[in-house]
Amino acid sequence: MDTRKIKLTVNGKSYEREVETRMTLGDFIRHELGLTGTHYGCEHGVCGACTILLDGRTARSCLMLAVQANGHDLVTIEGLALPNGDLNPLQNAFWENHGLQCGFCTPGMLTTLTEFLRENNNPTEEEVRIAISGNLCRCTGYQSIVDSALACAKRMREENITL
Amino acid sequence: MGANDPLVDLKGFIGARVKRTEDDKLLRGQGLFADDIHLPNLLHAAFVRSPHAHARIRSIDTAPAKAVRGVHVVYVWADLPESARQRIPLLTPNPAIRDPLMPYVLAKNEVCFVGDAVAVVIADNRYIAEDACTLVDVDYDVLPAVANGQAALAAGSPLAHTGIKDNLGAALRMGYGDIDKAFAGAKHVVRESFWQNRGSAHPMEVRNYVAEFHALTGQLTVYSSGQAPFLEKKNLIDLLAWDPERLRVVMNDVGGGFGPKAIFYGEQAVVAIAACRLNRPVKWAEDRREHFLTATQERDQWWDLELALDATGKIQGLKLGMLHDNGAYFPWGIIMPYIAVTTTPGPYVVPAMTVDLKVAFTNKVSTTPVRGAGRPQAVFAMERMLDKAARLLGLDRAEIRRRNFVQPSQMPYSVGFIYRDGKPVRYDSGDYPQCQAKALAVADYEGFPARKAKARAAGRFIGIGMGNYVEGTGLGPFEGATVRVQQNGRVTILTGASPQGQGHKTTFQQIAADQLGVPLELIDVTTADTSGISMGIGTFASRITVNAGNSVFMAARNVRDKIARLAAFMLQVKPADIAMENGWAHVANDPARRKSFSELARVSQGMPGFSYPEGVTNGLEDTQYFSPAQAAYCNGTAVVELEVDPKIGQIKILRYVMGHDSGKLINPLIVDGQVQGAVAHGIGNATLEWMRYDENAQPITANFGEYLLPGAGDVPRVNTQHLETPSPLNPLGVKGAGEGGTIPAAPAIIGAIEDALSEYGLFITDAPLTPQRLYQLLREAGAFKTPASLARP
Repeated sequence: MDTRKIKLTVNGKSYEREVETRMTLGDFIRHELGLTGTHYGCEHGVCGACTILLDGRTARSCLMLAVQANGHDLVTIEGLALPNGDLNPLQNAFWENHGLQCGFCTPGMLTTLTEFLRENNNPTEEEVRIAISGNLCRCTGYQSIVDSALACAKRMREENITL
Repeated sequence: MGANDPLVDLKGFIGARVKRTEDDKLLRGQGLFADDIHLPNLLHAAFVRSPHAHARIRSIDTAPAKAVRGVHVVYVWADLPESARQRIPLLTPNPAIRDPLMPYVLAKNEVCFVGDAVAVVIADNRYIAEDACTLVDVDYDVLPAVANGQAALAAGSPLAHTGIKDNLGAALRMGYGDIDKAFAGAKHVVRESFWQNRGSAHPMEVRNYVAEFHALTGQLTVYSSGQAPFLEKKNLIDLLAWDPERLRVVMNDVGGGFGPKAIFYGEQAVVAIAACRLNRPVKWAEDRREHFLTATQERDQWWDLELALDATGKIQGLKLGMLHDNGAYFPWGIIMPYIAVTTTPGPYVVPAMTVDLKVAFTNKVSTTPVRGAGRPQAVFAMERMLDKAARLLGLDRAEIRRRNFVQPSQMPYSVGFIYRDGKPVRYDSGDYPQCQAKALAVADYEGFPARKAKARAAGRFIGIGMGNYVEGTGLGPFEGATVRVQQNGRVTILTGASPQGQGHKTTFQQIAADQLGVPLELIDVTTADTSGISMGIGTFASRITVNAGNSVFMAARNVRDKIARLAAFMLQVKPADIAMENGWAHVANDPARRKSFSELARVSQGMPGFSYPEGVTNGLEDTQYFSPAQAAYCNGTAVVELEVDPKIGQIKILRYVMGHDSGKLINPLIVDGQVQGAVAHGIGNATLEWMRYDENAQPITANFGEYLLPGAGDVPRVNTQHLETPSPLNPLGVKGAGEGGTIPAAPAIIGAIEDALSEYGLFITDAPLTPQRLYQLLREAGAFKTPASLARP
């Protein structure tokens, strides 16, 4: 069994672990760190449910090895809420707009839209649809997710806040 | 108001657009899906699966796999306990089934589809288990495979199973009315044949099971990502020969279902057996490829119809022949093809009809209901026939439908068939003409010809299409609920119903809150736990709000009565004088005289040796099992306007209106979400999703690159227009709402595509209509002036 020692930060917390080199990053996050909010929906990089933020950029945790995350700063769905524990504006917008049904694609939707809305807090509906075009949802038919993103963007502009 | 504020405290939760109480934890990543369960000493399963569609197993050598470090056991069929070496029980028999073939949990000596499980490896982790799977050496004697439902019934076809007489798994002829007279007197007869592939359900969470044996108590707990906890339990009791009182099936959060997760699969029994034998918890987490290969699908059907009409376009009779590619086994009997054929008349008066249904065994994974459950195919066939008839008679497509609607004054309306619940197909309520009229008005159908002419002048191809459906929902036999006021003053609802994203918890809270006068935050809901309530069925057939919702309503009403009696006794007034608010029972005209639910619950639990006063019984709780007399029939109309880019066969939906009547709405926010999501599934069926196999029955669309689900760019905003015709069949007046959006999507979309390209005179008989297929049809219709040198041979 080929292993390496890795050090990384997840949701602001440092971890140092010995991992098998072949272990995917998603399996590491879910089963080694116990952060099961990141989901595996296809394990071939299409559905987007496993999307995390790696140094602020979205990455498919099913297509990365844990060893590749060595030295990086990761954020998962568990790290999105505000420091005081309240839901952040994007999570809030999802709740207000029925942006989830089963909740399985939600981690990837939230992380993908976090990256997108940080770059563009005044998107068109079309731009939001393109932003989440790499994330599959089988429950909502997407409209409520699009509405959630637009509502969050509006609040970000009005209150001059970021994610 | 922010989402962290308390939920809206409205008087009257039923009918209110209440935010879901499920969401907070899911938005924080704190859900508990089956694969999220980590237990000490957990072991992991991986299955060895057949690469052949049909083969005899000569021998299996597991020794090399067992030698892998970290592997605990490898089981094949012969290693299973005797009870699990039997075929999985068929829970849904039907006299039309000729060979009630069910699978083994692990293949005995023959594999009948690609993906059939042959052996299991249990190891320290999934990586090791998969390594070892590659070392299990199975010697197959490959047999000819049956790859196509039509070919299966042709003379000389190979057999899908050794030992069967032929591939006709089930056959059924039925009908009503005088069909010969109908056709003899007809002015017009329209004939057409359709091929439809409905693909797979593909919930974002695949199938996952975790089994935990508690040696101390002999209890076995199985966590599942399924839809039907009690059906899973029934199968496990038989296959494990297990004491029902020491077996618990639990579904915590489930990431979508849409039908195939209602089926019992052998992997669940294998995981449970391994956990008991090894005395360690065992998990199996399916991967998406396995889901493509082994989770049930709907797949191919061939429909042949003859429709007799009079001179005015009124339907006189309908002859239907339908062939269903069933796949290898009958895990859900023939319910899905049966629903399909009996749904065909839809909202129209069809005075006489005959059905000739054939169900063919093939060497593919079995078929069972996927969202819509055969109805989308029936509605596609019927609506396409009406479009064709309208063209033949020179009638507007909406007009020919208007002329044939069952009228509200005809309700309740008996179609003539027996439905799959064993009761006559008898529409209980609904206003079909109004539903279509409303959808057409909102879609500005009247204004469409002008829009089309304008677009065409600008070189654009736009079209409009429509589809109507009636859907039997809320099927029995029953679902149950217990409502209990706890000594801490909180209210508990327990039900066997199992949500997979439908917001059942919020819906049940709303129903109970109105009866008990408590805010939603005071109500805890436990779903899908077989230890929570004695009996249950599961979530499919758009049945939960009808069955479990009414059970919650009836139980909560009885608890309210118990609270009133006890509080009245303690406050020395009459029960009718008691009002309830925010967890308190008080005298209606004197709110200061009151008792808390907490105190009442404690009193109701009794004191040792003391009798209750007259009229008061023990506990503030009640259990009800609502059992509907028959299905509640919902209905709807889809109207779709879209643009076609003929050069690439691509469509863009411009307007999607859904007239929708699912009876009384409990939570319009949730119902709107169900409709929007169901439409998305229908768009996939109409234009993208096609589960394909080659001539050897080898799947050739086994990942999300080869099999396309609709994405955010494919699904427009659906404008849902609700009608609320209450069902007279249940106290809440509700009907099912989860599948309606899917059912009429394909005929509406494909009718619109055809309309956009009307100058080419296409009549489209296939679904899905992929861009490639549309391009090909246009090419065949001469739409492109291809130089001869570039034309395909």
